[in-house]
Amino acid sequence: MNELSLFIQAAAHPDECAARIQNQGKKIIGYLCSYTPEEIIHAAGAHPVRLFGTGETILNADRHLQSYCCSLARGVLENAVSGRLDFLDGAVFPHTCDTIQRLSDIWRLNTDFGFFADVVLPVKFDTESARDYLREVLEKFKEELERWLNITITDQSLGRSFEIYNTIRKKLTELYELKSENPELISGRDLAAVVKGTMIMERDSLPDHLGRLIAEIKSGLYTRSDTGKKKRLILSGSICDHPDFYELLEKSGGIVVGDDLCTGERFFEGEIEQTGSPMKAISRRYAERTICPAKHVSERARGEALIKKVKDRNAQGVIFLFVKFCDPHAFDYPYIKEMLEKESIPGIMIEVEDQLPPEGQLKTRFETFIHML
Amino acid sequence: MAESPKIKMDEKMKEIMTGYYIEAKTASETGKKVAWITSGGPVEPLIAMDVIPVYPENHGAMIGASKMGGDLCERAEAMGYSGDLCSYARSDIASAVIEGGPIGGLPKPDMLVACNNICGTVMKWYEVLARFYNVPLFIFDTPMCHTEYREESKRYVKRQVLEYIAFLETVCKKKFDYDVMAEVGRRSIQAQQLWQAVLDTAMARPSPMTAFDGFYHLALIVTLRGTQIAVEYYKDLLKEMEERVSRGTGAVPNEKYRLMWDNLPIWYRLKWLSRKFAAHNACLVADTYNTAWCRSLRYIHSEDFLDSMAEGYTRMYLNIGIDQMADTIIEMVQKYKADGLVMHSNRSCKPYSFGQFDIARMVRERAGIPCLMIESHMVDERSFSESQTETRIDAFMEMISSTPH
Ligand code: SF4
Ligand code: SF4
Repeated sequence: MNELSLFIQAAAHPDECAARIQNQGKKIIGYLCSYTPEEIIHAAGAHPVRLFGTGETILNADRHLQSYCCSLARGVLENAVSGRLDFLDGAVFPHTCDTIQRLSDIWRLNTDFGFFADVVLPVKFDTESARDYLREVLEKFKEELERWLNITITDQSLGRSFEIYNTIRKKLTELYELKSENPELISGRDLAAVVKGTMIMERDSLPDHLGRLIAEIKSGLYTRSDTGKKKRLILSGSICDHPDFYELLEKSGGIVVGDDLCTGERFFEGEIEQTGSPMKAISRRYAERTICPAKHVSERARGEALIKKVKDRNAQGVIFLFVKFCDPHAFDYPYIKEMLEKESIPGIMIEVEDQLPPEGQLKTRFETFIHML
Repeated sequence: MAESPKIKMDEKMKEIMTGYYIEAKTASETGKKVAWITSGGPVEPLIAMDVIPVYPENHGAMIGASKMGGDLCERAEAMGYSGDLCSYARSDIASAVIEGGPIGGLPKPDMLVACNNICGTVMKWYEVLARFYNVPLFIFDTPMCHTEYREESKRYVKRQVLEYIAFLETVCKKKFDYDVMAEVGRRSIQAQQLWQAVLDTAMARPSPMTAFDGFYHLALIVTLRGTQIAVEYYKDLLKEMEERVSRGTGAVPNEKYRLMWDNLPIWYRLKWLSRKFAAHNACLVADTYNTAWCRSLRYIHSEDFLDSMAEGYTRMYLNIGIDQMADTIIEMVQKYKADGLVMHSNRSCKPYSFGQFDIARMVRERAGIPCLMIESHMVDERSFSESQTETRIDAFMEMISSTPH
């Protein structure tokens, strides 16, 4: 079996993958946000797994969350209360949007997986007091894990986790660079599966898997024949758990050469320094990476970062992919769109729920947009 | 149907609010600074600095009450803001850009103060304003207390109190006066106590006021707490309510049923709703919104206002877990002897609305009263379905009246 298929399988069946890891005696901790201090969970000997929305009909979550709640929160809750997440030993909720705050309460009161923690991060990272607070919150989270597992998380084990995560992150960055430079080497669909896989698979062996995968990619194992001239695009939004999205886009003449997604570059960007206090090192990475719209460092940080990315990657346009009812992204859209217009960078916005819009409709929109570039 | 008697202080409120907005709108002539601040934000330091606080949310309520919300929200949508966003934010942003709305837009701010103890929306909304007006923004970050007020939060919020003062000193180019602050703090506490006392008169049967009356008289505790005006006003309002109680004057002429309201008002339907319930002889005697502005009383002290306000502002109603919110409602059901709970499922306000189903279940189980859910966008009247709401209220009242009391 080639390396890629490992990732594709994990991405398609996260529950099976997680259950296998659990059988090896590891505790599984679910999370929904790229500000989750995975490194601490990993250093505790537990296994972090990112949770995604559901492909199933919403039946039980309707008893807890109104129809005007985003499909991610509703979908995850549906899975949780319908028994589809029974492989979990716990979950952690970093502070992000209003919806997740309430999901955390509902989760705490209606599920019983074992471990539960709120990590109430600051909403801003641009002041010293906020960064100090961030560090203390992470410290508290570490203590909660220690109490639950009855262990001590040493600086040494944290250091080891940092190293593994740094390597994973570096390799993902390398993969994105490869894709950006030679888009034909791997399809968007497959690349998305790789990134998703890294949120699910056992972390210790990931550096090796990714290393071999990169070698395979470079050797042309996954090179695609349909390498006609494609328009280079950046994808911006919260999550994209839609493999078809990438395929449809490529069929319409576009390729994603970089993203600003919580399940993309925002998730793996930046390294953790190996010097000084471990919690300080984690918080430094959070404060320096591209922010999520539920966080603040300045009024235009996200727009500036996006424009820089478009230029760096030599992209011709931006696709905003929003989850319906997602407030933080919806608030930023008008100003970022305006900033892009000033730079003559075209953009379109596509709103999705659990399902993508009908294929025909999406294709027409893609084609019209790409034609214009 | 007998009309409910008019509250005399209504006129006074109108007068004060008009004066307040005139003062705010002429600030550029009088040389006073204007700060826009969120409804749950720490306003007292602004008052102490002689800055005029302006509340986009109060403005949003006025827009809603004057039924201009639909039009302004539509304009915001044309600017690219999704129709699923908070309708306060949408209508306020639109009115800033086009200088529209009932008072032709708010006076331009010299600074912005966003406190996220009510929601994350305000941070995003104030970022929009900061870009538009190009003025400094202070984010007062109050970590959510899902189950407790943690030590590390305490330290963080207290440090921000000092940063806030430094921010004000920079923008206002003058020193902060701690003695004045202590005085403002005392007045703020006094006004909150008086406001709580006003709301408490609704324990009487019949109740001298409804929650709908409260939504109107709330304006000063939001906008002017910390000033003597608010103190005097609530003293008079309290007197009027006490007189009503001693005369046995009810806000609803034949009060038979007592209900509680949850969430923000549906501003463009206040009168309609109030008549609707009155027609069923039902009085909305208490609610979670009006009381949000005296909730911090249990944490703040006049001897050390600045220090204790950190806790008061962090443990606001919307900044706690839904189980604590349910506890609060159940306490109020018992205190005001409510027979039912009307929940406004407010598409505009996710932190207030998500969790309501669970809260309703806890209230039903533990307080033994039925709950009604009606859905709207509090300021965007385009989303309101009158016939559906009416049918639901009628059915709910039918159920309440058929259970023995
Ligand atoms: S998609 Fe948006 S609203 Fe939903 S959980 Fe993510 S940030 Fe929150
Ligand atoms: S209505 Fe809700 S979402 Fe809107 S500003 Fe108020 S608390 Fe925030």
